[in-house]
Amino acid sequence: MTDPLRTEAVLTDQALIAATEGGLPLSPTPYADIAARLGVSEAAVTDRLRAMLADGRIRRIGAVPNHYRLGYTANGMTVWDVADDRVMELGAAVGQLPFVSHCYLRPRVPGLWSYTLFAMVHGRSRTETDAHAATIRALLGDALRGGEILYSTRVLKKTGIRTAGRQPVKETS
Amino acid sequence: MATVDLSPLEKDLLDITQRDFPLSPRPYATLARRLNVTEEAVLGAFRSLQTQGVVGRIGAVWAQGAVGSSCLAALKVPSARLEAVAATVNAHPEVNHNYERDHPWNLWFVVAARDEPAREAVLDAIAAETGLPLLRLPMEQGHHLDLGFAIDWSAPAAPVPVTVPIPVKEKRP
Repeated sequence: MTDPLRTEAVLTDQALIAATEGGLPLSPTPYADIAARLGVSEAAVTDRLRAMLADGRIRRIGAVPNHYRLGYTANGMTVWDVADDRVMELGAAVGQLPFVSHCYLRPRVPGLWSYTLFAMVHGRSRTETDAHAATIRALLGDALRGGEILYSTRVLKKTGIRTAGRQPVKETS
Repeated sequence: MATVDLSPLEKDLLDITQRDFPLSPRPYATLARRLNVTEEAVLGAFRSLQTQGVVGRIGAVWAQGAVGSSCLAALKVPSARLEAVAATVNAHPEVNHNYERDHPWNLWFVVAARDEPAREAVLDAIAAETGLPLLRLPMEQGHHLDLGFAIDWSAPAAPVPVTVPIPVKEKRP
């Protein structure tokens, strides 16, 4: 039931995000299904997704695994105080490590927080995750001034992004 | 902890599709050709992965900033107040993740709002409602942004002790 007045011109990023944030349908033609829902062509959907991948607004399209269900129960947020003039180069190297899923640079907060490099590390036990942290520590070398692992002990809330007033989607990662 | 028993096809799909889910009209058929199985087998494997809770969804992972404005924040909560403060934080619909962590900064959450002023207003409200020190740690630069990570299929899953000391502790800001 495509409305002829709804053309590709009204495929806004917001509409595409809202239509896909719950995940792609498990049907043989997921992009065509989303396009039909939005009243646009399938090419409009895939072209837009491709463009958003190219410009970095979409990091990736893929399966979002639940690390916990795969046995990766020791998920630590490692935080590091790294010399400012080395942190870009070293942060990129940390991000390349296979057990690091996310790596970010964040600001210091004077008097409260001195760690700037954040790397999420996944292991099947705290022993394994601690060993991964030791690998990062060694990589950071003499640029490192301090670090800690913050293990999550409880998930108190976990919902997907809400952009269009829809029900939150459950995310697992 | 219950562990999952995945088929070789399910493992292959997890390895491939964390990063490279095809943008073709029939993406499951594209994957099927690559793995030399049928499209229906691929769809069935994804259904099974979702039923087992291993994959939450297949879809786009949006970069921060593509959808409004988000910020990681932390509170230092006296343990007696943790439940009440967590409820106060969670009552804000803009809060989409909230974890208790094993650290003096023990409550870590992400606030995502339509723009930066809206985000800061939520953080101001949480600071006022709780009367607690609040860290605001927006992302400055990402490396290896949520690219998934390599799953080691050979290692057995191990149960995790719930309380062990934070093993990496050199200095605390």
